[in-house]
Parts: sequence; structure tokens; C-alpha cells
Amino acid sequence: MLGIYDNEMKLEFASKSTNEAFARISVAAFASQLDPTIDELADIKTAVSEAVTNCIIHGYENTIGIVKIECKLKDNSIEIQISDTGKGIVDVEQAKKPLYTTKANLERSGMGFTIMESFMDEFKVESIPEIGTKITMKKYINKEKQEET
Amino acid sequence: MDCIYVPKDKLLTFKLSEDIDDNQTDKLRRKIDNEITRFLPRKTIFDFSNVTFMDSAGIGMLLGRYKLIKMLGGELAITNANKQVEKIFELSRNIKNNSNSGG
Repeated sequence: MLGIYDNEMKLEFASKSTNEAFARISVAAFASQLDPTIDELADIKTAVSEAVTNCIIHGYENTIGIVKIECKLKDNSIEIQISDTGKGIVDVEQAKKPLYTTKANLERSGMGFTIMESFMDEFKVESIPEIGTKITMKKYINKEKQEET
Repeated sequence: MDCIYVPKDKLLTFKLSEDIDDNQTDKLRRKIDNEITRFLPRKTIFDFSNVTFMDSAGIGMLLGRYKLIKMLGGELAITNANKQVEKIFELSRNIKNNSNSGG
């Protein structure tokens, strides 16, 4: 970890759904040093929950693999990378479409990417089939407060 | 999660109390479907007073229950959702409206 960021952290954990709460609470705890509002923190928790759930149910399809999270703070922003080395996504554009799901029979809503995209300020999906998927998202904290001053 | 049934009103209320994510939905789905098929309520209420967090796994679970309740001729209502939960509902309504009008 080098000094171009104000602070950084990494997390690695097994792809078990019991870790979804652990992941979103850990990232929220780390983000709280930027003094976010309750709403901003809720947005971050929701986006992280969606990304981690995707790694577990789509990336590894409920087999056990490792989910990685990296967070970087710089000025008033948090960048969050969430990745797996699972089966990857063949057509990312299709996967990003609202309500698209490969698992409709399991009552999946198909909203995961749409939530990440609308709750965060920047959002990117990189995926290679059979190699894995990496989500990079960024949120600017206290944006409204800063625009006012 | 607590479940209260009022026979004279055929009213079934689920008081949800956990973080509703992919880790919880299977368990909730089983319990809720059990109660619904047992009582065949006219109205089912999901009370979110004690829910601090829900993600899209919760939406998927609720849509599934909605279909079951409709099929059995009942009504569904959601009450006391906090801001985080309401934001998820709002986004899912917007997506639904856009996909209906925009094709």
C-alpha cells in the first residue's frame, strides 16, 4: 500500500452468504472516517451488499471461493473494488440491464447492478469468463454540503 | 420475525426484524409461505418497523410472496419502511415503470 491515497484497506473472506453483513458493515465502518451522512452510509452498504451477493451467487454459484474487497480513501471520496475469481460474465452489457437475471427461478430481482449504479457516483464492471469479475465503484461523501459552501 | 393472525379480519401481519439480504431470504420465504398457505389471509401486512437494512434479495423475495398472495386472492401491504428500505422500493418501482412504458 502506497501513499497516494489518504487511507486504504483490504478484506478477503470466504464466499458464504453469512459474510454479506460482515462485508457491508466493515466497509461502512471504514468509510465512516469521511464523516458521511446516514443516507450516504446506507447507499454504500447497499451497493456493497449487492456486489458481494453477486460474487457469492453468480461468481462462485454457491461453491466456496474468495471474495476480495479493497477500499481507498482520497479527499472526500471512497473507491471500493469488489472482485471474485469465479465464472465471470459473458455479456456485461446485458447483465447490467435492469431486471435482467439468469436466476429468475430463484426469485432474483435483477436489480443488483442498477442499485450499484444509482447509489454510487461512479461504477464499472470488468469481467472475463472463467477468470472472474471485478466491480469498481466510487462515492463522493458530503457532496451536497460541499456544493453549498 | 413475528407473525400475528387476526381471524375475524383474516389479517396476517409479519413483523420483520432482521437485515433482509441473500443470507436471510430463504429462511424467511419458507416461514412466510407456511403461514400464508395455512391461514389464507384476505390481507397480508409486512411490517418493516424493525428492519434497518434490505437489499435487492429482499425485493426478489417480496415479489415472490406478492405473486403467491395474488394467486390466493389476497392483498399485500408494506408498512413502516425506513429510508434505506424505501429507497430500494422506490428504485424497483421506477425500474418497473420504465420497463413497462419504454418497452
